[in-house]
Amino acid sequence: MMQMTGAELILRLLERQGIETVCGIPGGAILPFYDALGQCDTIHHVLARHEQGGGFMAQGMARVSGKPEVCLASSGPGATNLVTAIADAKLDSIPMVAITGQVPLGMIGTDAFQEVDTYGMTIPLTKHNFLVRDANDLLEVIPEAFRIAMSGRPGPVLVDVPKDVQCQMVSFEDYPPVAVPNALPEVDLLAIEKAAEMINASERPVLYLGGGVIHSGASHLAVTLAEQGGLPTTMTLMALGTMPIDHPLSIGMLGMHGARYTNYVLEEADLLICVGARFDDRAIGKAAEFCPRAKIIHVDIDPAELHKIKTAHVGITGDVTQVIEALLPLVQVKLREPWLAQVADLKQRFPLAKPDLDNPRSHYGLVQAVADALDDEAVIATDVGQHQMWVAQAYPFRRPRQWLTSGGLGTMGFGLPTAIGAALAAPERTVVCFTGDGSLKMNIQEMATLAEEALNVKIVLMNNNSLGLVYQQQSMFYGKRPVASKYKRAVNFLKIAEGFGLDAVDLDTAENPAATLAEALQRPGPCLIHCSIDREEFVYPMVPPGAANTEMIG
Amino acid sequence: MSMVIERETAAVTKVVLELEVANHAGVMSHICGLFARRAFNVEGILCMPLADASRSRIWLLVFEDERLEQMIKQVEKLEDVISVVRHGAEHAVFERLETFFR
Ligand SMILES: Cc1ncc(C[n+]2csc(CCOP(=O)(O)OP(=O)(O)O)c2C)c(N)n1
Repeated sequence: MMQMTGAELILRLLERQGIETVCGIPGGAILPFYDALGQCDTIHHVLARHEQGGGFMAQGMARVSGKPEVCLASSGPGATNLVTAIADAKLDSIPMVAITGQVPLGMIGTDAFQEVDTYGMTIPLTKHNFLVRDANDLLEVIPEAFRIAMSGRPGPVLVDVPKDVQCQMVSFEDYPPVAVPNALPEVDLLAIEKAAEMINASERPVLYLGGGVIHSGASHLAVTLAEQGGLPTTMTLMALGTMPIDHPLSIGMLGMHGARYTNYVLEEADLLICVGARFDDRAIGKAAEFCPRAKIIHVDIDPAELHKIKTAHVGITGDVTQVIEALLPLVQVKLREPWLAQVADLKQRFPLAKPDLDNPRSHYGLVQAVADALDDEAVIATDVGQHQMWVAQAYPFRRPRQWLTSGGLGTMGFGLPTAIGAALAAPERTVVCFTGDGSLKMNIQEMATLAEEALNVKIVLMNNNSLGLVYQQQSMFYGKRPVASKYKRAVNFLKIAEGFGLDAVDLDTAENPAATLAEALQRPGPCLIHCSIDREEFVYPMVPPGAANTEMIG
Repeated sequence: MSMVIERETAAVTKVVLELEVANHAGVMSHICGLFARRAFNVEGILCMPLADASRSRIWLLVFEDERLEQMIKQVEKLEDVISVVRHGAEHAVFERLETFFR
């Protein structure tokens, strides 16, 4: 017979689930749990400086490891601060378990100090959520939370635990089994046959890979499928790295900031094989005009994604790995010379323009210089804005989980804490966070966490002293009337970084910026690398929001 | 996809959805939230626990429209929803209930 408090029980269940690091901030309603955590030497707690930071650190760990990771917050403001990181995990299908403290059961509903309806508030943001009313339920709820977070399409799960439930004594015979993901859905072999026939019969097929390929661990299989079927392959923002960018079949990222040729190739396609992607509006533009000539095969583990935006001719609910494994024996080896020649011709005529690439103080040049100084083992995180798109366009991604970005929610402030999480999960890797001066300020306090944990995170700040992507949209679509997108005063980020205890280098004043950059990237430990970027540099091409992908500007 | 369905133009066909769900506080919020957010009108709603008290049955009366299939898939995705069965409007549950609204 075992006996312990609810708080200790949560900890034991996290340990059993293999959790080694948790991130968060304590507060009144979660103190019993923190007290238990203090006595535990298997789980390392990382003290974030804002709960949103803690949430993104857990995401960073999960995006690198592929396993659900844990963040913690107290009731009320702790929980509300966590909300953005949870919503972000939902839209990018990241497995995460958030544990929040709540006011004692008897005080719920009384407007008690630091009471918010965390359960109600997180219903639409989580894959599932729990309010635990009895500590005995934890035996079921905690493994369930992990099972749900990692099963099928992954996502965030929140467990709200009132303070008295954390203190309640529980007696039980045995621990519940460690949670494992649900069995995968059975693959519909008839649909597979139909899909293979369509691939074999098509003349101008395109393979369209999404983040689901990474979640399923199917990148190699996807590349094999492309090679076997002679399929030009485009990737969504979330899928960058699934096929190495220099692979001859890669046609790069599609969508709002994809290269012209990529969107033109899609325009010509007679078959679109969409695997683990969801026809997001930033990827496909105006839905009715996307791939106008193509039949569609759609593979997704989430049945609700099939036919949601585009009706598929063949829809297959299934795990990407299993579906591709079933497809491979049926897909004929094809060279597709005419089609690949047409693709090559489009690529040559409408490539992505990357002006000033050899100048490490220009936007593309800086991205290139970072890539030149690192190998494919590095992890690249970004914030949200122009810098994010420049990195997506120009960084040579070559492996899954190399690239961490906020795709669905597009959350400024994502970069730094996510990079910290990545470094916690993979301390042997160099982690780079490309950021903008607007985004960095949204979670800049995590520089303190970074300095404290002394992680190998390099913040590359592309500083245009503005909310660049907003300024760009206003310049392009709002009659060149910038409103609230230019900062009136500049911030001295070097001093700020130093104040937080980080090493800092300034490429603006460096005699040999490429060398200074490479040295800073090679030196172990955290560092801010600052570089001014011209505010008038825009991300091109750009599909105006709501327009068809072929209506690119630039 | 247009989200707000005008009552006049909406198809008049009604559909009854029969859901079996886990019986605990919060299930209704999960389900109603899905419909409300998409401005998918729910005409009638009825919920009672089953003999096995760990489960409840929910009946929803909705109008058939092009988004119904997607709606049903979203409902099926909820962790607490065990099954969804679709019936025609001739289903007796809401008809019998109507006597209480006269
Ligand atoms: C939390 C949040 N607020 C607002 C936005 C809208 N937004 C998108 S990009 C952007 C500007 C980003 O500026 P910065 O981080 O400096 O990057 P830049 O575009 O200059 O490279 C803004 C305000 C957002 N994506 N996230």
